Amino acid sequence: MPDPLSPFRKLGHATVERIWRLGFAARFLFAILMHSGSSFRRLHLTLREIYFSGVLSLLIILVSGLFVGLVLGLQGYETLQRYGSTEALGILVALSLTRELGPVVAGLLFASRAGSSVTAEIGLMKATEQLKAMDMMAVNPIARVVAPRFWGGVISMPLLAAMFSAMGVLGGWLIGVVFIGVDDGAFWSQMQAGVDFRYDIWNGIIKSIVFGFAVSLIAVFEGFDSVPTAEGVSRAITRTVVTSAMAILALDFILTSFMFRGTS
Amino acid sequence: MNRSIIDLWVGFFVALGIAAVLFLALKVGNLSSGHLSETYVLQAKFDNIGGLKARGPVKSAGVLVGRIADIRFDPQTYEAVVTMNVDGRYRFPKDTFASIYTAGLLGEQYVGFDVGGDEKMLQPGDTIAKTQSAVVLEKLISQFLFSKAADGQDSK
Repeated sequence: MPDPLSPFRKLGHATVERIWRLGFAARFLFAILMHSGSSFRRLHLTLREIYFSGVLSLLIILVSGLFVGLVLGLQGYETLQRYGSTEALGILVALSLTRELGPVVAGLLFASRAGSSVTAEIGLMKATEQLKAMDMMAVNPIARVVAPRFWGGVISMPLLAAMFSAMGVLGGWLIGVVFIGVDDGAFWSQMQAGVDFRYDIWNGIIKSIVFGFAVSLIAVFEGFDSVPTAEGVSRAITRTVVTSAMAILALDFILTSFMFRGTS
Repeated sequence: MNRSIIDLWVGFFVALGIAAVLFLALKVGNLSSGHLSETYVLQAKFDNIGGLKARGPVKSAGVLVGRIADIRFDPQTYEAVVTMNVDGRYRFPKDTFASIYTAGLLGEQYVGFDVGGDEKMLQPGDTIAKTQSAVVLEKLISQFLFSKAADGQDSK
């Protein structure tokens, strides 16, 4: 006879499992912060990770930023010309990029380009028992492996988001001014009049820093927590990308509702 | 990979990132222009501010001379108290008229200073005595309709 209470038991198990993982992630973050002194004392470890997650993501970020800017320019022009206010193209492109698209799209690209590879690397190190070997040799794997990758991601992310926004603005300028023929002076002056450094750009940078923390923590945590088999590592990579995307979009909504509450 | 090559690339990367932030700040944002360095505070009371917003512009003769710092409601007089940060380079006479205008048909609303001829200048912290409220379109239309209706009755 089937157990009538089994759905509840499953629900309870799933809930407890989720909360346990959340607590584990929080303790893991605490451990990273405790052991991150060495990743700055031995700076070349962190620089190496900035190279792998930041410099090697340059191409995808710059090209995507350019194309997002081009599309924003085309679509923005298409809508604005119906109202005869094509000079507002600059402010439209700049505000959408610095406030939302820059941090969010750069974060999503960063999660799939750099976050997944960090998870794969740490997961494979775990599967091939390199982490255990380090432990045996009295090398703390969190200080040696995890913390530099975490800080590399945290440092790279805001820089990549700023480059994404800058490339996007240039792309919008390229379409609007060079190809369509919006007035160059009006494009830039409207943009400068409408974009406030502290309110728009600085809040965008804060967003990208928060996304950097979230994506890097998820990437190293999923790698460290992965089941040490080929299948387990591949599942962990999938979870990194999915969880990062969800976290970025949810955090973006929360941050936006705090930062831009219709006061402008 | 060689450590010095990694250092070099990371250096390029960080420099490019800082250049992007500077580009956003100076070329896209308003850090280079329209930034008010030294300001003093003026206040003005309006019966109705319409759609005026904090951080909106304060203009005189069409030139940006300040920004709106704060808008509050005064429960004693039932008026809106608008606090403005005005550029320290400019002083305005005591009988300056503060009005709320709209930029274009659908544009944002701003405070405009129409300068009077008084010898004495407004001091920091002063309240502008003469103000003109925002034009509320519904009131304008209803006034127009009522006056039309009154005309119609007269002619009968």
